[in-house]
Amino acid sequence: MAEYKWPEPEKRKYIGKRISRVDGPLKVSGKAKYAYDVNRPGMLHGKILHAPFANAKIVSIDTSAAEKMPGVRVVKLVQGPGTNIQWAGDEIAIAVATDEQTAVDAIRAIKVEYERLPHVVNDEKLEAVPTTNKRSTNEFVQGEPDKAFAEADVTVEGFYGNAIITHCCLESHGQVVEWTDANNVLIHPSTQAVSTISNDLAKALEIPAGNVELKMDFIGGGFGSKFAIDRWGTECGKVSKMAEGKPVKIMLERDAELMIAGSRPSMYAKVKVGAKKDGTITAWQSEGWGTGGVAGTGAPQLPYMLRAASGIPHIKANFSSVSTNTAPSRAWRAPAHPQMAVITLGALDDLAAALKMDPIEFLKKNINLFAPRAEVYSQELDKALELSNWKANWRPRGEGAPGSTKTVKRGLGVSMHTWGGGGHASNCDVTIHPDGSVDLKSGTQDLGVGVITVLNIVVAETMGLPMEAVKIFIGSNRYPASGSSGGSTTVGGISGSSRRGSVDALNQLFAKVAPTLGVKPEELEAVDGKIRVIANPSKSMTWKEACAKLGSQPITVRGVNKAGDRELSSSGVGGVQIADVSVDTETGIVKMNNFYAIQDCGLVMDLKTAESQVFGAMIMGVTYSLYEERIMDNATGRVLNPNMEFYKLAGAMDIGQMKVHMMTGKGFDERGPVGLGEPPTNSPGAAISNAVANAIGVRVSTIPLTPDKVLAALASKKGGQSNAKI
Amino acid sequence: MSSHDQKPTQPESEQDLAVSRRSFLKGSGLALSVPLVAGGVRTVKAAGQDVKVHGPNKVSITLDINGKKQAAQVEPRYTLLDTLRNDLDTTGAKRVCDRGTCGACSVMMDGKLVYSCSVLAIEAQGKKISTVESLAQNGQLSPVQQAIVDNDGQQCGFCTPGFTLACTALLNKHPNPNDEQMRLGLGGNLCRCGTYVGLREAVKQVAAQKGGRR
Amino acid sequence: MQKFEYASPTTIQQAVALLGKQWGEAEVLAGGTDLLSLMKDYVASPKRLVNIKDIKELKGITTSANGLRLGALVTFEEILDNAALKKNYSAIWQAVSGVTSPQIRNMGTVGGDLCQRPRCWYYRAGYGLLAKDEAGKALVPDGDNRYHAIFHNEGEAKFVSPSSLAPALVSLMAKIKVAGPNGAREIAADKFFVAPKSNDEREYALAPNEIVTDILIPSASGVKSATYEVRQREVLDWPLATASVALKMDGKTVKSAKIALGHVAPMPIDSEAAAKALVGKTVTEETAEAAGVAAVASAKALSRNGYKIQLAKVAVKRAILQAAA
Repeated sequence: MAEYKWPEPEKRKYIGKRISRVDGPLKVSGKAKYAYDVNRPGMLHGKILHAPFANAKIVSIDTSAAEKMPGVRVVKLVQGPGTNIQWAGDEIAIAVATDEQTAVDAIRAIKVEYERLPHVVNDEKLEAVPTTNKRSTNEFVQGEPDKAFAEADVTVEGFYGNAIITHCCLESHGQVVEWTDANNVLIHPSTQAVSTISNDLAKALEIPAGNVELKMDFIGGGFGSKFAIDRWGTECGKVSKMAEGKPVKIMLERDAELMIAGSRPSMYAKVKVGAKKDGTITAWQSEGWGTGGVAGTGAPQLPYMLRAASGIPHIKANFSSVSTNTAPSRAWRAPAHPQMAVITLGALDDLAAALKMDPIEFLKKNINLFAPRAEVYSQELDKALELSNWKANWRPRGEGAPGSTKTVKRGLGVSMHTWGGGGHASNCDVTIHPDGSVDLKSGTQDLGVGVITVLNIVVAETMGLPMEAVKIFIGSNRYPASGSSGGSTTVGGISGSSRRGSVDALNQLFAKVAPTLGVKPEELEAVDGKIRVIANPSKSMTWKEACAKLGSQPITVRGVNKAGDRELSSSGVGGVQIADVSVDTETGIVKMNNFYAIQDCGLVMDLKTAESQVFGAMIMGVTYSLYEERIMDNATGRVLNPNMEFYKLAGAMDIGQMKVHMMTGKGFDERGPVGLGEPPTNSPGAAISNAVANAIGVRVSTIPLTPDKVLAALASKKGGQSNAKI
Repeated sequence: MSSHDQKPTQPESEQDLAVSRRSFLKGSGLALSVPLVAGGVRTVKAAGQDVKVHGPNKVSITLDINGKKQAAQVEPRYTLLDTLRNDLDTTGAKRVCDRGTCGACSVMMDGKLVYSCSVLAIEAQGKKISTVESLAQNGQLSPVQQAIVDNDGQQCGFCTPGFTLACTALLNKHPNPNDEQMRLGLGGNLCRCGTYVGLREAVKQVAAQKGGRR
Repeated sequence: MQKFEYASPTTIQQAVALLGKQWGEAEVLAGGTDLLSLMKDYVASPKRLVNIKDIKELKGITTSANGLRLGALVTFEEILDNAALKKNYSAIWQAVSGVTSPQIRNMGTVGGDLCQRPRCWYYRAGYGLLAKDEAGKALVPDGDNRYHAIFHNEGEAKFVSPSSLAPALVSLMAKIKVAGPNGAREIAADKFFVAPKSNDEREYALAPNEIVTDILIPSASGVKSATYEVRQREVLDWPLATASVALKMDGKTVKSAKIALGHVAPMPIDSEAAAKALVGKTVTEETAEAAGVAAVASAKALSRNGYKIQLAKVAVKRAILQAAA
């Protein structure tokens, strides 16, 4: 039985060190090719006509003018007369032409007659939503909430919420599809699911799955929105066929990307929390709602992290799913967690303030409710205290942290979060060639996480080779299938498969060379470019000499990681974040001073790219906490800000100073790599919202914390009405 | 733009315009004394002087891209960005917002950082255009490129070419930029993955190499 | 973008002759940062584009005892790099330094800043400058007007002037020189911007075949000026409210003041009330605040932009304190 377990710390040469991403030079030099960059010989351009109304029936479509235009090759309906369009931006038709501008001219020449129907596009004010658009889910009850509230020493009530945000991938959704012959298709997509979407395309095009070849070198952002082939993908295959199989490129324009290519559901809740005088949380009650588009949204597990039997003992939680005429939501980096954190950690922060307790002491007082990771949170809170110099900088709510002036108030806020993660199913082929070169092939993808780098690290580490000696091939469905990149499962999955493949391949090489070195294969190790005898390191041969023993036949071994594997990976991580903000009380503008993240993710494979993941999540968090929201217009039913001018992202100088501390070493490393994309995305909203409340002495109910809302909260405070009623 | 098709204020006769030059002029209300020619270039009298008028159909242009003269056939409405990407297979500059906001399409034009989505190809003639592809010399990354790699100022990499040029332009102007200069140098680019910490460190690394760390 | 023909004249006379007699027939291309976006969104669909960047007469910054002349093609970056402007015409320089995108500063011109179109999202989505739906119903009053006007919003135009320079130019009593087929004329900066009454009108006082050629600013010798923009982000972002002030001092006392607000109305607002509140006073936190209060006394909120009144007040206060500092 081969030994796969991760090497001990003193033996690690690359794992857990700071390694620059190996594809970095390609990206900084513009050589990295994305689907959007693929230019195929004879390629045509397709453009999509999107519906302008949020709820309407298509009465008629006239494509004749478009079809007659010079340069137009195909005009195809996506949805025909009689169809009920349920969100603005839905696809109506596609025009394919020899150049982009002509394709745009063509879709603009398509005349569509609609019968407009009433729409609902906003849900923050639940009372304004028609009853027919609301669906209550089952009430969750634990313990005896009514009794617990009656007995509570302190209760607070508040309203907390999250606006809808979009994925806003910089590379929009889309692909290039061509028919290489009558039965075979080649697709260059922008996808988080290299090993699966080709099957969906094959099905739609009614050809065998093996007849679709998929290639993707790089992807310009996904964040949960690029798992499916999507209708524009299958339609691209169909219009290519109609254009004699010529390559057709269809990439969404920015407005469509923001309107229809993915969003995070809203989540609002009216919350009541009860506690004993000493700070022990005893009861939770929430009435929540949210929308993810026409289909509504699933009920969240409120209170976040505290719903287990070991959590808050007395809970009553209701939720209404709201159906709106907006494009369907998609998985958005840590589905439901950031929103639940804003609601839960916000309410708990208000409770701590009402109890006149330091929120970190308050969380520690209740830490056992956060089972099973209470001990990790405890350690992380201690680290957070240290990193943020909390004791020196924190002041009770509304007093203003040191550095506050008459108008600018500084505040600190804390939040905690969890996520599952763990390794997904992954396969790879590891090959040792007779000339000593080594490569790995896997049908995975690198969203910017550093997947290529991690694979390179694992193989090089396992075989005792320099990083440069290993070549990694990913991004093709002709390579062994590997899971989609979602839920923080990729690094866990690909690390497991590549480790097993590398160990097995190496063992085969050991078997080949063991006779020459006069020992048994299991007495050998691969270190520093040599195969040597463990007990007698001077007895060795170079890697090249060893591989030459293979003769003409390379070693190729399939490395497998099964979903949910607990040998090389595990599941469940926790993190703590502290935000330090300044609020200009005259303008309501919030600025980040400092932002600290303490995060565990099991075994860190590459400290540099791991920290980048956390920094990235924090920066996204600043963006969704302060700036971004999809703004829907009640009158027209359309997205008012489908552009990057008013769909606001944070810039390089908007984020303050950031520090990341990864929990590593004993207690963490032996869990194997768990995954890191989701977890640090969960806390920023709550941490920043809590910091603002700490600074100005009043809760701003919903994120993003824009100047209008901050000023309104300040005004309500002056008027003596606090959001948190005691 | 494609979403606005059924907007209430659709200009009349635009489809005709795309079809033929005849209807183009018929609908234009611009009385021009010069007879019709198919596309290309013609000369009109303006204030008594000859002025060349190009298009609306395809015209031949020559662009100076990364030190090489490149010919292309473009309609006047083609942007520099689309021409680079679609016609000259120079895809380092990315199309993201396409409205002069995000900076992913940044190129240098006569040494100045510009949004190539907001420059017409036809007006870029006679200018020296440098794209991100020009920064590495003989396979050697520029100091800025190397610093971005070293500090991991990139994730998915789609904003990276634009930021690489923005950082280069910033450091060309201010070899050792202070916070205010960084604010004014990096305010025209956006990243979604969240790579700003690494990018700022990269700028500092290059500044330090050039001597005089602030 | 709709097809168009393109000309690149080399003199002002040629340029003017190439423009149309009706709005929309031809458009002037300078920096292109706004116009090309408008065209991509089919908000502008000219049949001819007249690129004026090859006209040498439109370039250059000239300073003299009489004042400052900015050619229409002067870029924001040229202003930012001009130390004399930073010192003597601080309101202008500070307005430019609020445009944090180097790309916009390298491309964007002062003439283009004045003639850029409103950013109202209904306008940009194709509902016209006055933002009306298919049935002619105004969309702004009951719609999302968080970024709309708090002054002069009783008429049909409810967008805000997007110009960065306008408040500074009004406070410094600049003149905009324009050229047309009948020669040149000068328009006072506070008269340059107007509220359009139909979708076919423009929000500036040019004729369709006129172009901005120069901006003329009287000598600001002895004038303390400043611009304060309330912006949410450091990355390129539109101000929520702006104030520019120009103060002439008599020792510590304000002898005269010109105070202008931007991004709060379809045009920059010359606030005589604010100036009046300040003249004869020493600049202190309290007098500056009082001027801010006076500046917004006549402001009227729409359904959800009341916060902008507060922001405009603060902008005035801070611009005054910044100028006097």
